[in-house]
Amino acid sequence: MSGLQNYKVDYQQILPDLPGQSLAWLQQIRSDAFSAFSDTGFPSLREEEWRYTNISAIEKKLFSPSTNVGSNEIDQAWLDDFCLKDAYTLVIINGRFSKAHSSLKGLPETVTILSMGDALQQKPELVEKYLSKAVANEEHSFVAFNSAWFSDGLFVHLPAQQVLDKPVQLIHLVTKADCLAVSRNILIVEDRAQAEVIETFVGDSNAYLTASVTEIFVENNADLTLYKMQNEGDKAYHFGGTYVKQAKHSRFKHHNFAFGSLLARNDVHTDLDVASECNLNGLYIGVKRQHIDNHTRIKHIQPHAISKEMYKGILNQRAKGVFQGLVFVAENAQKTDSAMNNRNLLLSNDAEADAKPQLEIYADDVKCAHGVTVGQLDEKSIFYLKSRAIDEETARNMLTFAFANEMVGKVDNKELHTMLLAQLLQRFSQKSVDEKWL
Amino acid sequence: MLNIENLHVNVADKAILKGVNLQIKPGEVHAIMGPNGAGKSTLSHILSGKAGYTVTQGKVTYAGKDLLAMEPELRAREGMFLAFQYPVEIPGVSNIYLMKAALNANRKHQGLDEVDAMDFLTLVKDKIKLLQMDEKFLYRAVNEGFSGGEKKRNEILQAAILEPKLCVLDETDSGLDIDALKIVSKAINSLRTEQRSFLMITHYQRMLDYVKPDFVHVLADGRIVKSGGPELALELEEKGYQWVEGEAA
Repeated sequence: MSGLQNYKVDYQQILPDLPGQSLAWLQQIRSDAFSAFSDTGFPSLREEEWRYTNISAIEKKLFSPSTNVGSNEIDQAWLDDFCLKDAYTLVIINGRFSKAHSSLKGLPETVTILSMGDALQQKPELVEKYLSKAVANEEHSFVAFNSAWFSDGLFVHLPAQQVLDKPVQLIHLVTKADCLAVSRNILIVEDRAQAEVIETFVGDSNAYLTASVTEIFVENNADLTLYKMQNEGDKAYHFGGTYVKQAKHSRFKHHNFAFGSLLARNDVHTDLDVASECNLNGLYIGVKRQHIDNHTRIKHIQPHAISKEMYKGILNQRAKGVFQGLVFVAENAQKTDSAMNNRNLLLSNDAEADAKPQLEIYADDVKCAHGVTVGQLDEKSIFYLKSRAIDEETARNMLTFAFANEMVGKVDNKELHTMLLAQLLQRFSQKSVDEKWL
Repeated sequence: MLNIENLHVNVADKAILKGVNLQIKPGEVHAIMGPNGAGKSTLSHILSGKAGYTVTQGKVTYAGKDLLAMEPELRAREGMFLAFQYPVEIPGVSNIYLMKAALNANRKHQGLDEVDAMDFLTLVKDKIKLLQMDEKFLYRAVNEGFSGGEKKRNEILQAAILEPKLCVLDETDSGLDIDALKIVSKAINSLRTEQRSFLMITHYQRMLDYVKPDFVHVLADGRIVKSGGPELALELEEKGYQWVEGEAA
């Protein structure tokens, strides 16, 4: 039996346990998605969008949803390392919402923050309005896979003009070997509302597969900042997709930190309406045999929108980083202002960076810049630091840290900033650093 | 302090320094002047430990040790400071952090404890006044977006904090306007002590108006062709380098 066949057979076993069984419209979405996935199977290297990323390992193995969620076995102290203290927190363990670990205390009544399972029970009409609306199953087979398989997720709805007082944090934790954790998240920020959301992915040292799709709707004049912290375990596979619909004058900032997993693939797509603005920031750090693949697609559909993108990669040992970025400017999208940048730092001879920026422009009055660099640490800078009594290793760490810190410096949330700095300092250790001097 | 004996240096098989002799005693200020292509930069690079130069003959002794066998960081820890002609910009590393890391590396080498953060801040704020720099420069990335003059001031600020035994100033006056030149010179003068030595490498005489050297040497075609007191610099300014080059030939 082929790997794909295993997944298809397994799906029939697990389907009755997936949420929303009583909702006909959802059953339809799931069965359409299942058919779409059955037709295409997992993506292969033959597809241009996947030419740098080989995922055959996933197909060979069968990752399956955990029946025993095991949330009581989770040590809260371990979770605390990733949890913000000042946030509305929703925890998903091995693919299922854990109420015991979550905290939504003090949430304004007008705001909806629910697990996807609960949202399908309590507000099915609202979910129906948005599910599968920011991304189609045909987008790629992992989206179809997600629509068919998802077992839980985060659902956030902010009514018009609501400015959320605290960030929302989704903690996605996997602790079981061979576990398949599929989550579907929906974030809706209505007109002039404002929110900050953090998606944190963590796991233990088992081999497991996380597949997460987040659909986002940033309505007129609304403002959303989304952080993604991918700190999966070192044998994990991670597939993430973020699909955004931006209405007029909306703002969307994405900070994508990919530090973990054995193999990670992340897609970020955003569609821009009139005078909307997006900032896509990314930092990926790979060591050993890690493979981190980033895909972004920014679509300027209407005039006067602004997109700024900066992805940075640090690759050591045999790690491989991929950046494929597309900026699409429709014929109507005059006065588009766009800048796409990808910078890679290779710290060893065996590390690899593949970069492919693409512009597809059909309008004639636009400003579109793009740039890619792949390089090593600057020898002149290392020499300068050495001439200031600093040893070579420390000098290299300082410069690598500085390269990464540009992206961490863009993080406005103080708690998250401190957390990220600590992670960077642990990787590129330096002594006696005073945080406010960085 | 520094003893250069019959130093011959090649760059890619081309002889640049052809037998340089120079002795600097503690507390002395020496100036090396010379026309373009004389080997001034090569000399400062050799002293700093920059790669890409081959010493074919001679030796350099610093505080009794073989300087050429020391890594650049060890030279710094042993009290040698090089103010660069073109200080590099290092985005993402703040000035104050670099200075603290440098000072602590020195202190560790001397067997001292790391400097306390508050004490360090007091020290830095004191020294930065000497250079008439705004405190905001401390928190900016090293040299990033600094003007030419600001970079040179920043080099001398580092020297003031690290308190070296020997300062090599490579074309510190280049890129400075007259006001900045006065400030930098004043700061250098305030660093002069009975023990601390200076080697100023310069193309022009003008800085020597403000920082009076004890000795002036003229480097031409890889050799020191004339040595004298401060009056030599003035004579050079008047007669031009052709005068000494002519004498040497």
